[in-house]
Amino acid sequence: MRKYIFKRLVAAVLTMWVLITVVFFLVRLMPGDPFQNPKMTAEIRANMESYYGFDKPLIVQYGNYMKNLFKGDLGYSMKFTNKTVNGIIAESFPFSADLGIRALVFAVSFGLVLGIISARNRGGKLDFFCVIVAVLGTSIPDFIMGAVLQYGFGIKWGLLPVAQYQGIEYTILPACAIGFYTLASVSRIMRASMLEVASQDYIKTARSKGVSEFRITAKHQIRNAIMPVMTIMGPTVASVLTGTFVIESIFAIPGMGKYYVESVSNNDYSMVLGMTIFYGVFLIFCNLVVDVLYGVADPRVRIGER
Amino acid sequence: MAELNRESFVIRGKDTVRMESISRPSLSFWQDAWRRLKKNRAAFIGLCVVIFYTIMAVFAPMFSQYSLSDMDVTSRNAFISAEHWLGCDATGRDLWVRIWMGARVSLSIGFIAAIINACVGAVIGGLCGFYGGKLDMIVMRLVDLLYGIPSLIITILVVMVLGKGITPLIVAMCVVGWIGTCRFVRGEVYRIKEQDFVMAAKVLGIPDFKIIIKHIIPNILGMLVTNLCMAIPGAIFQEAFLSYIGLGITPPNCSWGVICKEGITYLRYYPHQVFIPAFFVCTTMLALNLLGNGLRDAVDPRLRGTE
Repeated sequence: MRKYIFKRLVAAVLTMWVLITVVFFLVRLMPGDPFQNPKMTAEIRANMESYYGFDKPLIVQYGNYMKNLFKGDLGYSMKFTNKTVNGIIAESFPFSADLGIRALVFAVSFGLVLGIISARNRGGKLDFFCVIVAVLGTSIPDFIMGAVLQYGFGIKWGLLPVAQYQGIEYTILPACAIGFYTLASVSRIMRASMLEVASQDYIKTARSKGVSEFRITAKHQIRNAIMPVMTIMGPTVASVLTGTFVIESIFAIPGMGKYYVESVSNNDYSMVLGMTIFYGVFLIFCNLVVDVLYGVADPRVRIGER
Repeated sequence: MAELNRESFVIRGKDTVRMESISRPSLSFWQDAWRRLKKNRAAFIGLCVVIFYTIMAVFAPMFSQYSLSDMDVTSRNAFISAEHWLGCDATGRDLWVRIWMGARVSLSIGFIAAIINACVGAVIGGLCGFYGGKLDMIVMRLVDLLYGIPSLIITILVVMVLGKGITPLIVAMCVVGWIGTCRFVRGEVYRIKEQDFVMAAKVLGIPDFKIIIKHIIPNILGMLVTNLCMAIPGAIFQEAFLSYIGLGITPPNCSWGVICKEGITYLRYYPHQVFIPAFFVCTTMLALNLLGNGLRDAVDPRLRGTE
């Protein structure tokens, strides 16, 4: 077990390093630069460049950046003057995280329930309904879902607040919009694996012993069927994160996604770099946690590794 | 008592000639798959929708009196009417034309990106799976590494480096997009390589090249086509997403993502400007998803109904 975790950890650290390096050099390759003010004289420009360290050779910049990164310092934003990247992330991440966790909880819990109901009623009306939800969910992009929900529940019927972020009821619509796709994919996978488990011998054994249907489903079927759902938790976190990018701008939530999209169009190097690294490291970390949990939950995974 | 032997008995009603004859023409793998696909109503409708949209994307803008950027000031934000079949946007551009021009961009990006990814992934994955060894190890390490990095981040950065437009978008999607297919094809090839018919071919001295063409490719082609079909909606979605956040297609060109983005600004007052393009995006994705599911069932009936 310890060896498995160690192996995963080394792989994750290596991936992070590759990510940081690739991102660092890619950002420097981008056309345009952050100091595009027509009033800027050559002198000011040179000053600015030396202030941000752009006058040094690339490799020195890279070394400095890595050194600062180890201290947890992502540098200053170039557009939002006097703000550090760390500061902006610290300010906006809680909003995104809050939204993301709500979306994830909503999607996974409802997805699992739908999948279980669907598999229990295979071929029936409920199953048909659940499959339709699943197919629709994977066919509607989240920004469209966001627009539809906002229009229907917010504007037309006035049931829920339209935008911004001031309390729990403000998070319902955006969380649903982000989570719907994940809900659909979780329910599909859960249904498939429930059906697969249902034909296993131990289910037959349990049934022939006279165990009640409820107990079979709850104790034997779900426990085994939930494994494949865990494997997609890594990509799921990534897709929820992607969802926050657009949903935050539709619902005017001051989260990280909004800042990221803005910095991309502003050519704000240090912001893009810092936030990309933050996102990347965060996702890699999530994947690591999922991998380790999966290894804990299912010993076959550990042994399967060479 | 007379000796009973075989010759003295005749089985009535047994026609050995007819028994041995083949009653139906034999079907090739693809004919069989096509037969099953036609029976699957949802998948068949999906196929029709995709073909219909493609034809409309090619021809509809040609037969309209409006063009992509003609602005009709008098009918700004117009609703559906005889003059403007799907209404107009905030600057008075005809949505019917814009939708189909957008379809050209969105569909071609979806198809091209998915096909390139499938081809690159299949070749690399196939080589790794078939030959194994050092090549396999190096590529798989690389794939594991790339797999760990969130693909969206790489795509965004590559688009930023290459600039906006159709080609940069496709390139950016392909940088990491082939990995999924590569992993899947490698696994399949690895599995098929170990089977007896490949062993038999090897023993008979058939060269590797011919084994790949004759035995391995036909065995994975069905699943590969299914995978491809499932990847297209993903690519269309990615394009819409990138255009939506301002990184993909930029005006004056348009795609479904761009139209949605432009429409969302006026959601409160003119919801049709979002919902009409949204309808086309969703139905396309739905059609392709249904077609993909149907194809999967058609090429491998064992999987039917499991998902």
